[in-house]
Amino acid sequence: MKFVLKRRKLGQLMIVSTVVATISNFVKKAVAQTQVQKTTPMLKTSTPQTTKVTLRVNGTAHNLQIEPRVTLLDALREYIGLIGTKKGCDHGQCGACTVLVDGQRINSCLTFAIMHTDAKITTIEGLAQGDNLHPMQAAFVARDAFQCGYCTPGQICSAVGLVNEGHAKSDAEIRELMSGNICRCGAYPNIVTAVRDVLEGKKDAAV
Amino acid sequence: MQPFSYKKAGQAENAVALVAPDAEASYLAGGTSLIDLMKLNVQTPTELVDINPLPLTKIEMQGNGVRIGAMASNSDVAYNAIIQERYPVLSEALLSGASPQLRNMATVGGNLLQRTRCYYFRDTAFPCNKRVPGSGCPAIEGYNRIHAILGGSDRCIATHPSDMAVAMVALDAVVQIRGLKGERSVPLIDFHLVPGDTPEKETVLQHGELIVAVDLPASPFTKRSHYLKIRDRASYAFAMSSVAAALDIQNGIIRAARLAMGGVGTKPWRALEAEKALVNKPANQASFQAAANLAVAGAKPQKYNAFKVELTKRTIVRALATVGEMA
Repeated sequence: MKFVLKRRKLGQLMIVSTVVATISNFVKKAVAQTQVQKTTPMLKTSTPQTTKVTLRVNGTAHNLQIEPRVTLLDALREYIGLIGTKKGCDHGQCGACTVLVDGQRINSCLTFAIMHTDAKITTIEGLAQGDNLHPMQAAFVARDAFQCGYCTPGQICSAVGLVNEGHAKSDAEIRELMSGNICRCGAYPNIVTAVRDVLEGKKDAAV
Repeated sequence: MQPFSYKKAGQAENAVALVAPDAEASYLAGGTSLIDLMKLNVQTPTELVDINPLPLTKIEMQGNGVRIGAMASNSDVAYNAIIQERYPVLSEALLSGASPQLRNMATVGGNLLQRTRCYYFRDTAFPCNKRVPGSGCPAIEGYNRIHAILGGSDRCIATHPSDMAVAMVALDAVVQIRGLKGERSVPLIDFHLVPGDTPEKETVLQHGELIVAVDLPASPFTKRSHYLKIRDRASYAFAMSSVAAALDIQNGIIRAARLAMGGVGTKPWRALEAEKALVNKPANQASFQAAANLAVAGAKPQKYNAFKVELTKRTIVRALATVGEMA
């Protein structure tokens, strides 16, 4: 019994440290992002049908040479190197790839990067201001609203979109309007609590 | 995914001129259905014409009715004040469909044209008469729990997956279409086709024709309307059975009725006989039950979806009862 308890504590410690590392990593990335203007795609492979596509992500313009069939998700992860946005099902069913385009949450896996050359794109890396977490990020940490963390960037971007939309008033409405984000660990109760926290202090939550 | 060339169109006539001459070209609107199917190699257009810049996003009064631009997003329509007040069934149907992210992307025109969720259609390892005409239909002998009980043929029993279209067909919506030769109007009830011998032909649209708007006429029953969707999980799932219901009731007597079903038909399914049976009847349980029985009278259930017959009857009765109780 004692052993079990110890293991649990150790597990909790590990989770906490992973969370802290994850958060500090994406804060660092967000900072690096605003400083470096990348003009060369990370992936160097090219085919004759590539086109120049400029994406404005988290306030930085990125010039990419990509094919029209590259999804916004793949452009963010594989060409720009912003790997905070996750690829889950890649078919619009899980919500892990959720980003904000002109303040609206969308599934970045079901849209082509080339369609968004005039848009303002915000990913999980763009939510924090330096070392200051976005209120939704802070609420997710405070409420322990994740376990493995894989769906978390999508959950947070989706929740920020939900706040921008302004239609959720009750916990039931939060659940309904977060239904596009699946959490395999089942962290739903704490996600609802985190989103409710931000809704109650609404003005801090908009991007 | 197969490679394709990409162009943006700023005006409807330019878009039509780009797509119409090329049989392998396709319009790209919200992309939520098309890109999904392109990843599966179910759809393989060689040229995409992005119509997102088209100025077709307005939702506005036209006469006593409403015109909805084909590029209005599902979210914009669902939360539009005119739609919520005058056509609640449409707002409810849209909000019961997909997820908020998908609703932000998906357009009205694209929603009408979305393809079936039949697993055999979506998997190129299987034959499918809709995808490869003449290759066969594994769903009829296979796992057909999600398939149609109404409007099927011996070639295809795939359902049309839209919620929005079910509400619109109940509201007598009219589709405005632009082609090379100008514009034409098609009532939504005639827009989708039952599979018959040609399940690959799903609508009356000719190649290159573009949906530019959907018109909703004014009618006395539209305010007293409701969408009820039954699905496998509480949210974010396709309908096992859904019902769009609208009633014009005066002094407890039904003067006009509209009833359409989703998740059970090979197209958004309007129950015309059941509607007729409701007229001049008291708005009570007995009338609703009689209408429900008529609505599924022609059902041909398959091995795994026989439950949909009883489920649909109960969904109809509950939806009509809810509408009957509305002020």
